[in-house]
Amino acid sequence: MAAQEQQQPQSRETETEVDVPEAPPAAPEAQASESTQGVDDLLDEIDGVLESNAEEFVRAFVQKGGQ
Amino acid sequence: MTVRSEGSPAEKLPAGGAMRVMGSETEYGIHAPSAPGANATMMSARIIQAYATVTRQRAAGGAETRWDYTDEEPLHDARGWTVNRAAADPSQLTDQPPVLDAEAVALAYGRQELELDGADESGSLLMNMVLGNGARLYVDHAHPEYSSPEVTNPRDAVAWDAAGDLVALSTVRKVAADASLPAINLYKNNTDNKSVSYGSHENYLMPRSVPFGDIIRGLTPFFVTRQVMCGAGRVGLGQDSSTPGYQISQRADFFEAEVGLETTIRRPIINTRDEPHATADKYRRLHVIIGDANLSQASNFLKFGTTAMVLSLIEAGQAPKIEVHEPVQALQAVSHDTTLTTTVRLLDGRRVTALDLQWMYFEAAAKLAQETGVADSVTGDGHTHQVLSHWESTLATLGTDPDAAASSVEWVAKKSLLEGYRNRDGLAWDDARLGLVDLQWSDIRPEKGLYYRMLSRDRMMRMVDDADITRAVTEPPSDTRAYFRGRCVSKFGKDVVGASWDSVIFDVPGLGKLQRVPTREPLRGTRALTGALFDRHPDAASFLAELLGQAPPPARS
Repeated sequence: MAAQEQQQPQSRETETEVDVPEAPPAAPEAQASESTQGVDDLLDEIDGVLESNAEEFVRAFVQKGGQ
Repeated sequence: MTVRSEGSPAEKLPAGGAMRVMGSETEYGIHAPSAPGANATMMSARIIQAYATVTRQRAAGGAETRWDYTDEEPLHDARGWTVNRAAADPSQLTDQPPVLDAEAVALAYGRQELELDGADESGSLLMNMVLGNGARLYVDHAHPEYSSPEVTNPRDAVAWDAAGDLVALSTVRKVAADASLPAINLYKNNTDNKSVSYGSHENYLMPRSVPFGDIIRGLTPFFVTRQVMCGAGRVGLGQDSSTPGYQISQRADFFEAEVGLETTIRRPIINTRDEPHATADKYRRLHVIIGDANLSQASNFLKFGTTAMVLSLIEAGQAPKIEVHEPVQALQAVSHDTTLTTTVRLLDGRRVTALDLQWMYFEAAAKLAQETGVADSVTGDGHTHQVLSHWESTLATLGTDPDAAASSVEWVAKKSLLEGYRNRDGLAWDDARLGLVDLQWSDIRPEKGLYYRMLSRDRMMRMVDDADITRAVTEPPSDTRAYFRGRCVSKFGKDVVGASWDSVIFDVPGLGKLQRVPTREPLRGTRALTGALFDRHPDAASFLAELLGQAPPPARS
């Protein structure tokens, strides 16, 4: 049963999770340019800075009109 | 050598280029995440109150001053008439102090909240300050607003506008340090993405002799397209962001008219508010409401520099003779196309891109600057050369590889970050995380604001040294009347009871009546003209005696 389940089409969410551990082996092939590496570092940093509940935070930002 | 010898010819800036008396206004988005229902006007008043506390600590005697509303004329239309007060939208009546006295606040929000804020002795909350750097910090509608002091060039415009972000930052820190208040965040953006927009305005001094029709014709095609260099970028299309996507400008979708007096409703591409804040028969103050608030220094520099140069073209009668068909729709079409390939139709039938239009303005501005000599890198005015060179290189980059402008053009920089998230995490444009990146881009705290994270990695270009921005928080520009205003506030703060763009009012013990010193010439009151006077006098009484003794004020009405 378990094997059958694995053969079923996976949701995008599951795919993402599976892909994560497979990513590191690709790095030694020097596919990532320096700038891509820079973007990854930047995104990692920003992950740590972003407010935690995106949906709720964005929804609560309600302003009154201005000029 | 006084601030108001109005009979003699005024000092002049080199004409034909990027030098001009100008200034910025920023309304900050305001939000308390732990108290989402908090009243925005109350929170804004807390922000002003916080800065009063900061400056009181900085300068013994107090550096905060009330605003003088005498010369505010928000209903004067540059086309030559005045709107009847009864017919005006209440939000247009900006010549009356926003009265939020103790009783009104208590009625609306309960006495407890008032006590937390602390009213001043007169029983009203401080809603308005004139700062030692010559700026104004106040509550505008439901937002805190910083209006920069008058400067003479785009580089200083960037410095004193960015200084406003540091002023705002210090208020956020002050409120956060008070455990009895909910923390308040300020955002340098222009929309909540739920159909509300608030402004970032520019002001440019022009001779009154230039016909307003020339200004409308000369500026409209430029304003429709300058966003490709100075748009701040926005996630979502439409006033309420209901269509997923990314666009160049924060403000474009909120404009509904070509020309008009309003700034809060039916927003026009060309705003006709005619409050010169200066000698009215000589000057007009062009009030520009179409720009995005910029954190990117390069975009901000180009916003002020290129606009000042286009005004020089209009004054010289050399603006490109082009008219855009349906400019409001064109403005939005340009904003919605990040590939920069959309064309707009001109009245002569041609179809051109936003970049094509900008090149036409660039060529004309470069030609005029050449003719007048202001663009010479050695003998020129010291600013126009730099504006032309950035304008040209930015248009060239945007025309060949827009992504390569990510370190300077704000909407491209923000887009690069958003695309990074989209690529890494497979996010659609309506994903809340992209909305959060857009919002948090403009958080003014360096540890939280994503623009500042990019700046700290040197991914954003600096046009001004950090030290110059820090200095601009407390020092006024040296070459406009803002110098006089700022030094009066810093040095004689306890004797200054009010100030505005064109006056400083003293209440000196022993004099018996208020002394209103008009400063109606924007290029007087400079350090060159008044610096020694300030240095000579340790107190306001002797300072005023010499000032008034040298040239008695004209009869006051």
